[in-house]
Amino acid sequence: MSTQANGNGSNGNGNKPIVEAVSADSEVGSAVSGRIAPPPGQLKKADFVSDQEVRWCPGCGDYAILNNVQKVMPELGIPREKIVFVSGIGCSSRFPYYMNTYGFHSIHGRAPAVATGIKCANPDLSVWVITGDGDALSIGGNHFIHAIRRNLDINYILFNNRIYGLTKGQYSPTSEFGKKTKSTPSGTIDYPINPLSLAIASESTFVARSIDIDVKHLGVMVDAAAKHKGISFIEVYQNCNIFNDHAFDYFADRSVRSDKVLYLEHGKPMIFGKEKNMGIRMKGAHPEVVTIGENGITENDLLVHDIYLQDPSVAFMLARMEQPDFPQPVGIFRAVERPTYEAMLVDQIDASIAKSGPGSLEQLLNSGETWVVE
Amino acid sequence: MSTVIEPPITPVEKLHEEVETVTIRFAGDSGDGMQLTGTQFTNTSAVVGNDISTLPDFPAEIRAPAGSLPGVSGFQLNFSSQEIKTPGDQPNVLVAMNPAALKVNLADLEEGGTLIVNTDGFTPENLKYANYASNPLEDNSLAGYRVHKLPISTLNMNALKGNVELSRKEIDRSKNFFALGVLYWLYDRPMETTLSWIHAKFAKSPELAKANEIALKTGYNFADTTEVFTTHYTVKKAKIAPGKYRKMTGNEATALGFIAASQLSGRPLFYGSYPITPASDILHELSRHKSFGVKTFQAEDEIAAVCAAIGASFAGQIGLTGTSGPGVALKQEAIGLAVMTELPLIIVNVQRGGPSTGLPTKTEQADLFQAVWGRNGECPAIVVAPATPADCFHMAIEATRLAFKYMSPVFYLSDGYLANGAEPWAIPSIDSLPKIDVKFATDPATFMPYSRDEETLARPFALPGTPGLEHRIGGIEKQHISGNVNYDPENHHLMVKLRQEKIDRAANEIPLVEVMGEKTGKVLVLGWGSTYGSISSAVEKMQREGKSVSSAHLRHLNPFPRNLGEVLAGFETVIIPEMNLGQLCTMIRAKYLVDAVPFSKVKGRPFQIREIVRKVEEYL
Ligand code: SF4
Repeated sequence: MSTQANGNGSNGNGNKPIVEAVSADSEVGSAVSGRIAPPPGQLKKADFVSDQEVRWCPGCGDYAILNNVQKVMPELGIPREKIVFVSGIGCSSRFPYYMNTYGFHSIHGRAPAVATGIKCANPDLSVWVITGDGDALSIGGNHFIHAIRRNLDINYILFNNRIYGLTKGQYSPTSEFGKKTKSTPSGTIDYPINPLSLAIASESTFVARSIDIDVKHLGVMVDAAAKHKGISFIEVYQNCNIFNDHAFDYFADRSVRSDKVLYLEHGKPMIFGKEKNMGIRMKGAHPEVVTIGENGITENDLLVHDIYLQDPSVAFMLARMEQPDFPQPVGIFRAVERPTYEAMLVDQIDASIAKSGPGSLEQLLNSGETWVVE
Repeated sequence: MSTVIEPPITPVEKLHEEVETVTIRFAGDSGDGMQLTGTQFTNTSAVVGNDISTLPDFPAEIRAPAGSLPGVSGFQLNFSSQEIKTPGDQPNVLVAMNPAALKVNLADLEEGGTLIVNTDGFTPENLKYANYASNPLEDNSLAGYRVHKLPISTLNMNALKGNVELSRKEIDRSKNFFALGVLYWLYDRPMETTLSWIHAKFAKSPELAKANEIALKTGYNFADTTEVFTTHYTVKKAKIAPGKYRKMTGNEATALGFIAASQLSGRPLFYGSYPITPASDILHELSRHKSFGVKTFQAEDEIAAVCAAIGASFAGQIGLTGTSGPGVALKQEAIGLAVMTELPLIIVNVQRGGPSTGLPTKTEQADLFQAVWGRNGECPAIVVAPATPADCFHMAIEATRLAFKYMSPVFYLSDGYLANGAEPWAIPSIDSLPKIDVKFATDPATFMPYSRDEETLARPFALPGTPGLEHRIGGIEKQHISGNVNYDPENHHLMVKLRQEKIDRAANEIPLVEVMGEKTGKVLVLGWGSTYGSISSAVEKMQREGKSVSSAHLRHLNPFPRNLGEVLAGFETVIIPEMNLGQLCTMIRAKYLVDAVPFSKVKGRPFQIREIVRKVEEYL
């Protein structure tokens, strides 16, 4: 039998070693890296801007969010090298490329799982998950639930534009019922999911919501999320001006916002409206919208917001309020303390070492029933 | 213990005979404790110095209906005074606790073999469950065997009743120890190992400890005194290499191997896994070793398990995920991400019968293609496969070494047979284990995320937390050297080739494949994975008979060892036994243009030595 040993494997160009192409200063090899050297002293917003050209559509709500996160970063006092942004797939998931920190653009829906591994491996890192409504709630729904219930100290920002942008305009799991899109010419028959309801049901210890164009408020939310110890979930209403333009105008547009958005503030009664005369009051087990000054209603009758309630029922109730019957609530819904997953993981290891000393390989290999052959 | 019942009969004179190798199969209901009985017999045999090899065989259902055919659980053990590498082709002894166990296993028992049955299990109801029209113990259908009919349940009940404060049901549960006692007498085994195990295991329930001890000793004494057995047998110590030994299953060895890899590399181990048969024991084992800094993560699903391992790799730990074939199917997209981001990652696949759910508790080798080619795009990964349960330890270290050195995912293909099978393991000295060198980039002046090592083509590894090396990676095509997102056609073509070339280059430093026997001749039997025991035993046997046959065993399947083509060229015929329809065979034929002969067995069971002998003989 004759054997033709084609030892060089699957290298398509025969025996020519590819290393030539590597070391040679070929066209593709000469690309410059635009990494910015670490700045001395205080970090500024610019230090968090990477050299990559931002490729979202002009006018996309993602710009405002990126801008805000880059602005908040220096205020957190965390060195750049200790920050990791992780994302899945979708327009918003390009985010890590634009941050001059460590970044991992992973696969569709899996960012929370990748982030879990990073945080468990190195709890010192400040880990951020950037995701969209399709990424988090459709293909990644399972990881959404479980990453949140574990309460890793991860900041989790969901850009909700109620549409699939990157795949050019199909309905998403948050698209309103009946919406006509490229894949639903007769309207959707899927009932939408409410990201905050699901986050609260998954035992999220921090839940917040903001709006891309409400720049100041968004900054405050991002800052609060970063400071919360445990999972911090923020839903951001984000306008996709190409496939779902004006999706949030009905409450978020400047002209109507003060009448249609309720800004939740801890310790404050729930008041909204241009005239600051509308409020939320409990009627039995249900919330209702009331007007201060009418029927003898005063501020004292209104529900006072408490983000520290252990019982998530009120937060859940607030998450269910929406236009047109209620104002659309934004702000921090809930912020409670619970030990983080990674801290408990490390504690168990420390406890084990404290009890029996650091593991000895010698002992481990020689454990169990052994015998000696002479 | 004073409560042991001494049978009131005068001991009969017993004969003593020496034998070389014995294969016993214990079979009963999955609730009968046959795995435990088999494991105890194995441990004792190992401790007395026999060579051993085992094959547990359990049903997929945890507790199928008692007495039913699908509920039969078996444990086969081969022990010998000679070197052995398989659990034995055919049992010489079958212990059957009920009719279903007899029905399922009788066909495997050698002609004239010894059959020990628990007659109490042969109730009309159980006979019906096992589809016996008449009682085989009475209808002469067992005439070809040496049958020992023992009312094990009754004997055990009589010995224990009144001596322990346990219900009848609880007492009955110790009958496997009675059976074990009988076998210990029959094969002249000491009881100490099992007795100390009983006392350690049931330290918190002294009545159960007492019951099991009495059952064991009574079984032993019963066999010694009853006239049923006239002869007992001795299997002398095996002549195995001097050293300190312990018994090792493949899953245990895998877990210990990765802990060793962590110690040798100085990188903590992160294990992301979702429970799945037959890989779960690796998760159980690793979760016990927190003092080594091992982090185990029971994920919400297979995908999260591998993604978390990738995240841990990115952060500088040994990212390990373990599963079986269906789990790998789910993980493949993420493994592609690890190929693209060029991160070290190890995927343990304890293969089982497929496709789909297939045969969860049975062994198979049909995931080789899945490992080598099962992802979208040109997506090469390194593939290794341990050959024996003990080899799992060394290949775990090898997989980790390759993953770091080549910044690549590495598949580690074990299977159900290796995972649950046990053999003696010569405990290595720590100094003899290879060091695993892990280098991290630290210099911002020279760091480029996708620059490459001249020799290995591996990219530099920069850990989050390193100042000045902030960079972004991801699943989109990378620009050569800078690692930026890049869609350029020339760049893509180059990167596809670079990723392949990197894996091909691993061949430069993996061990050459060794030929066992003459380097040229009529037949080469080429194998991979768990077929090693059967192949090498068959080939050695034929070599002793002067036949022109050699064997070679691959532990690296992608890339292949660089001398493989040369080895194949030395033989007229290459036969490749595999527990699949010829996957390695197809790869060999494609790569080396050799007219290799596939030899397939896809029955959820390992090859028998004689099956391989017969196949080889066709080509001599
Ligand atoms: S498609 Fe929509 S979401 Fe995507 S970048 Fe364009 S505007 Fe933004």
